[in-house]
Amino acid sequence: MKWSVIFEPQNLALYGNGILTTLGLLFSSLGIGAVLALIFALALTGPWAPLRWIVGAYTYVVRGTPLLIQVYMIYYGLGQLEWIQERWNDIWPWTYFKEPFFCALFAFSLNTAGYTAEMLAGAIRETNAGEIEAAQAFGMSRFQVMLRVVLPSALRRTLPAYSNEVVMMLQSTSLASAVPSMLDVTAAASRVYSDYYLPFEAYIAAAFIYLVASFCLIAVFRLAERRFLAYLAPRKH
Amino acid sequence: MNGYYFTILHGAVLTVGVSLLALLVSIVLGLLGAAAKLSGNRLLVAVATAYTTIIRGIPDLVLMLLVFYGGTIGLNHLLAALGSNGNVDINPFFAGVLTIGFIYGAYMTESFRGAILSIPKGQMEAAWAFGMSRVQTFVRITAPQMVRYALPSFTNNWLVLIKATALVSLIGLKEMTYVAKQASAATRSPFAFFLFTAALFLVYTTVSLYALRKLNARFSLGAKRATL
Repeated sequence: MKWSVIFEPQNLALYGNGILTTLGLLFSSLGIGAVLALIFALALTGPWAPLRWIVGAYTYVVRGTPLLIQVYMIYYGLGQLEWIQERWNDIWPWTYFKEPFFCALFAFSLNTAGYTAEMLAGAIRETNAGEIEAAQAFGMSRFQVMLRVVLPSALRRTLPAYSNEVVMMLQSTSLASAVPSMLDVTAAASRVYSDYYLPFEAYIAAAFIYLVASFCLIAVFRLAERRFLAYLAPRKH
Repeated sequence: MNGYYFTILHGAVLTVGVSLLALLVSIVLGLLGAAAKLSGNRLLVAVATAYTTIIRGIPDLVLMLLVFYGGTIGLNHLLAALGSNGNVDINPFFAGVLTIGFIYGAYMTESFRGAILSIPKGQMEAAWAFGMSRVQTFVRITAPQMVRYALPSFTNNWLVLIKATALVSLIGLKEMTYVAKQASAATRSPFAFFLFTAALFLVYTTVSLYALRKLNARFSLGAKRATL
C-alpha cells in the first residue's frame, strides 16, 4: 500500500477537482430536478387525464431503465442526431449538447426529476382529507388550497424519502465518469489508478470521499427534518 | 445492422444471469446480515452495522472498480507470495455478480431485519414453547411470515439491482449495455441501439414487477385488511 501517492500535490488536486465536479453536478441536477419534479408532481395529481398519462409514462420509463443507458442516450445518442449536429455549432440551446458536463447534467436532472415527482405526488395524494376540506370550507380555490395547505405539508412529508434520493443521486454522479473527459471523483480515481497502477489506494480514497459526503448530506437532512417535521415527531413529554 | 440487435438480445441473457445470481448472493448475505443484527451479540451487530453503513454510502461503480481492478492485483500479489508465476484475470461476470450481490446484500439486510421485527414476538415464543429449535422456528414460523413483510422493499431492491447490472458493462462484461455501446460506435446510429436496450430493461423490470405483485397477493392472502 502506497498511500503517499494519493497525497502528492498533483493527485490531491485531481481529487479536489473531482470533488468540485461531483458536487457541482449533484447540486445543479438536484436543483433543476426539483423544479421539474414539482411541475411533474402537480401534473400527476392534476385534473387533466392526458397529462397524467404522459407524465406517468415518463416517470415509468425513467425509473424502469438504468441511468447509465440514459446518460449514453443523451451523450452519444442526441449528440449524433443530424438534426442537432446541424445546430450545435451556433444555434443557442443546442450548443450545450457539445459539452459533456451539460449532457451529464441533463441526464441526471431528468432522472432525479422522475423519481422525485413520484415521491412528491404520493405525498400530495396522501394529504389528510380533513385539511383539504377545511381549506375548501374557507372558500379557497383549487390553486389556493394547493399553495397554502397541500404543498407546504406535502413537501415536508417528502423530506425523509427525498434524503434517500439525494444520497442515491450523489452515488449516481459516479456514472459521469462513463462520459469521456468528465473528471468527477470516480474519474479522478480511475486516472490515479491508471497512472500508478494502484487500484486499492485510488478507489478506496474515492470511496472515502463519497462516504464522508453521504454522511454530511444525511446529517443536513436530519437537521432539516428536526426543523420541518417537528410537528410529526413523537412527543417528548 | 440487424445482427447487432441479435447480439444485444444475446447480451440480455447475460444481464438476466448476472442479476439473478447477484440476487441469490444478496439474499444469502441479507439473511446473514439480518441474523447478525438481531443476534444481540455485540461483535456481530457491530460488523453487520459497519457493513450496511459503509456499503450503502459508496457508489456501486466505485466498489465494482475496486473489486475488479483491486481484486486482480490482490490475487496476483497473493499468488506471487505463494511462489507461483501464474497470472490470473478476474472474470468480469463473477466480479459483477459478487460486487452487486455484496452491495445489495446490505440493502436486503435492512429489508429482512425490518420484516423480522414486524412479526409479532409471540409467534416465535410460541414456537420455542413447543420445543422447536432456532433453525426450526426460522424455517417454519419466521420465514413464511417474513416474506409478506419483506416483499415491498425486496421488490424495490430487486428493481434497483436489475438497473445496477448495466454497470457491469464498464468492467468489460459483454452484456446488453456493452453490446449496445459497441454497436452504436460501429454503426454511428447510437440512438436506436440504446433505445432498444432501454426497452429490454423496461420489459425486464415490468415483468418482475408483475410477478412480484402476484407473489405479494399470494403471501398476503391470510392477512386481514381493514377498510375505512
